[in-house]
Amino acid sequence: MKKKRAEHYDRLTHPLVREDGVLRRATWEEALQRAAEGFRRNIARHGPDAFAMLSCARSTNEMNYVAQKFTRVVAGTNNVDSCNRTCHAPSVAGLSAAFGSGGGTSSYQEIEDTDVIIMWGSAARNAHPIFFHHVLKGIRKGARMFAVDPRRTGTAQWADRWLGLNVGTDIPLAHAVAREIIHAGLHNTAFIERATEGFEEFAASVEPWTLAAAEQVTGVPAHAIRELAHTYARADRAQLCWTLGITEHHNATDNVRALINLSLLTGHVGRYGSGLSPLRGQNNVQGGGDMGAIPNRLPGFQDILDPGIRARFEQEWQAPIQPGYGLTLTGMLEAMAEGKVTTCYLIGENPVQSEADSLSCVKRLSMLDHLVVQDIFLTKTAQMADVVLPAAAAWCESEGTFTNSERRVQRVRKAVSPPGEARDDIWILCELARRLGHDWHYESSEQVWDEIRRMSPAHAGMSYQRLADLQGIQWPCPSEDSVEPPFLHGRLWETDPARRGAPAPFAVLRHSPPVDLLDEEYPLRLTTGRTLDSYNTGVQSSGFASPLRAGERVQLSPEDASRLGLTLGEEVRISSRRGSVVAPVHIDPGLRPGLVFMTMHFPDEVDTNALTIEATCPIAGTAEFKAAAVRVDKLTGDGGAALSHSGQVAAGAGEFLAAKAR
Amino acid sequence: MTVPLPPPRRLVELTVDGAPVRVPEGSTILDACGGAGQDIPTLCYGDTLTPKNACRVCMVEVEGSRTLVPACSRKAEAGMVVGTSTERARHSRKVVLELLGSSVDLSTTPRAAEWLAEYGARPGRFGEDAAKVEQPVKVDNDLYVRDYDKCILCYKCVDACGEQWQNSFAITVAGRGFDATISTEFDAPLTDSACVYCGNCVEVCPTGALSFKSEFDMRQAGTWEESRQTQTTTICSYCGVGCNLTLHVQDDQIVKVTSPHDNPVTHGNLCIKGRFGYQHVQNLPSPGTSGTPRATSAGDITSPGTAPPRADATEVATGGRT
Repeated sequence: MKKKRAEHYDRLTHPLVREDGVLRRATWEEALQRAAEGFRRNIARHGPDAFAMLSCARSTNEMNYVAQKFTRVVAGTNNVDSCNRTCHAPSVAGLSAAFGSGGGTSSYQEIEDTDVIIMWGSAARNAHPIFFHHVLKGIRKGARMFAVDPRRTGTAQWADRWLGLNVGTDIPLAHAVAREIIHAGLHNTAFIERATEGFEEFAASVEPWTLAAAEQVTGVPAHAIRELAHTYARADRAQLCWTLGITEHHNATDNVRALINLSLLTGHVGRYGSGLSPLRGQNNVQGGGDMGAIPNRLPGFQDILDPGIRARFEQEWQAPIQPGYGLTLTGMLEAMAEGKVTTCYLIGENPVQSEADSLSCVKRLSMLDHLVVQDIFLTKTAQMADVVLPAAAAWCESEGTFTNSERRVQRVRKAVSPPGEARDDIWILCELARRLGHDWHYESSEQVWDEIRRMSPAHAGMSYQRLADLQGIQWPCPSEDSVEPPFLHGRLWETDPARRGAPAPFAVLRHSPPVDLLDEEYPLRLTTGRTLDSYNTGVQSSGFASPLRAGERVQLSPEDASRLGLTLGEEVRISSRRGSVVAPVHIDPGLRPGLVFMTMHFPDEVDTNALTIEATCPIAGTAEFKAAAVRVDKLTGDGGAALSHSGQVAAGAGEFLAAKAR
Repeated sequence: MTVPLPPPRRLVELTVDGAPVRVPEGSTILDACGGAGQDIPTLCYGDTLTPKNACRVCMVEVEGSRTLVPACSRKAEAGMVVGTSTERARHSRKVVLELLGSSVDLSTTPRAAEWLAEYGARPGRFGEDAAKVEQPVKVDNDLYVRDYDKCILCYKCVDACGEQWQNSFAITVAGRGFDATISTEFDAPLTDSACVYCGNCVEVCPTGALSFKSEFDMRQAGTWEESRQTQTTTICSYCGVGCNLTLHVQDDQIVKVTSPHDNPVTHGNLCIKGRFGYQHVQNLPSPGTSGTPRATSAGDITSPGTAPPRADATEVATGGRT
């Protein structure tokens, strides 16, 4: 078996500061002073909105709370966001537009007790293996499962039906399902009348999407669409789950709304066993947003535009809060290019390697006057910083809580000590705040948590003791004396209109194909994703020796490989309109002709995001990682070998930076 | 709308070693014995698995039953009279332990030595020629080790890998009779099998036949000391599912990862990343270096110490700041 192991990263064990263009070791005092001074200088010169915070979806709720408080109180801006932007912000945007709350509506246990499971754009078998255990329990108990995915994934291998749609045609498929349900008279008229609004317009908008029209656009046979529609609509209970196949598109929020429409049409929401489950990619993406580390919400997912809510926080924090939305991660990067954001405090993120169109991200970060990176490794992003602050690894070196995909807040506990001089994130934030005139003292993460419980009604009832006793508690949990049902929006089924609350609106949507068009020059559709044993940019997962790891490969269908005359293991050049990389060929019969798959786990060897497009969702700001147009060429022999395992673009970035140095 | 509650369960009353015990309907005799404070040895019983009735060490006597019954799977019934320490039950347990002890290496089975002493079991009494399940230790990957010398064929690993949890079906029982053994397809190395290295088989193994490579290596080196280890339950950092990890720590180093069996998210199961992906937090720079990554591919964007990445905004600004 072919084994390949990416070189691993070593932990950061002391602060670093840049001097004469070089990062050198520094004391904490010097590093903190330099970091604070740079923030002060930029805010004084350009105003608070020149500051941007990238908080960490990997760290605790407590740290995210303090980070957004730092942004809003110490810097005085709402420019705080995290990498949830690169994955699940559209789920939050879509769910909150429909239901007023951005969490998945169901719990894991419900998927074991449901009758129909639809996994839409979710390779959960490999990307969320333990969630898939619950799906398997459901299947073993008799639930029917449909997998909707361009690739015949590990999830699809367990499905009753696999609907292999063309990349980016989720809305046509969802619309055809909706039209079929309506035409077959299977929609839940009682629920629609009582709990929703906008049905007539919605029904009219899906009318053109006949099964035949959808088959032509999506590539899914009409009878399969019909079967999914009828099975979902007739089920007593049904779960609709999605992952990044839905959200990493330029029109991602619309994709999410298209799926929510199906649940509204059939009443598959707000009941035990019926609901909507977006699966989160990072351990605390849900919590980071819940804690207000997003530009438009205060802790507890409370709207920053509401003066009453702002007033409560202003009183608690003894500082004014800007009454408007801050910049999203995508907006921050643009503002860096425009010179509007000049300083950035970046905690535990690696945008240089995780963002689409990575070269442009390098350029933008390089234009900052002052960049502070707080991380456990000297990542590619940290190597660009003026000050590098070594942090403790949240999940095993600090105390706190994470919130998972079923909204369950669970205790994180310190099992080992941080190495060297690495310090807890909250300690570092407080030291910086103190140097910028805010004398914060938190004795423990529990003290932070109790402040959160005071400010966020959804978390009020979750004491650390209760979280330990109950093995985590799902929000909302307004009181210490009760536990709420495991699903959200039961109110939609109330007969009393007052208790039912605001109706959930149907969304009228338009199909918008992927931005990066296929043509003769770039005829193949590249989609990206995860494998079982690796994770994101590989900084973490390269630390252990996985027998499954085969390094980055470009995966092609047998048909395309044969047409292009490619053999297994042969190195080829993959090019998009933005860049090109070299990687070995792997042939995957689960791919349909025209579809190419790569991961983003080995950016040091093959920088897949040199190929992806930065077209972003206008509502949520998520980039279209799932759909790039590419070409695959045989290497001509000269020079190709020299570039193997290294992205041309990454090398280009090196030259670019070297040129700057001269 | 409310959550459907399971129907209330009636309590059944039975007698264990002369004392009355009440347990919910559907409980096993083993549950009832726990409730009565009786400590019955078990090996093939798993709290997350369906009972397999393979090892026979938990046999107890039930009045009116011709044969002894396995406590781990037999449901408690009203009026049952159970004897856990009758002469017949103790004798049966002693012989089972002797047969296991003579053929299998029980050196890493928790509590085995204590049980052998308690029941007066003498595995040596079958003599030097007693058949053994000896075979070499299988070390064919960096994550876990299979030492079938210690395997009692309880099937727990097969069930965990198969339809009860992981559904990967990488291992099953091959061979018949005394030559039966747990095997991959065609006895191929794990690296050529369907194994996905979740380690859920290791989690349920009762004898240490399956062990994490980290533990195996430390035992070989004589540095494995459970009495000095702490166990701390925290949350995995690899995805949004929120699996609970119990970190076993010795000398401030994570040496093993398990998961609580009663946890509603994991039920004791993990994936390869949660189970084995902890090493990154304890990869430290070797003394003398400054904590820089060892990655040195040709595509390095900047090696620290070479390129100051500050650019003049106006030169590269796409929007233009002038």
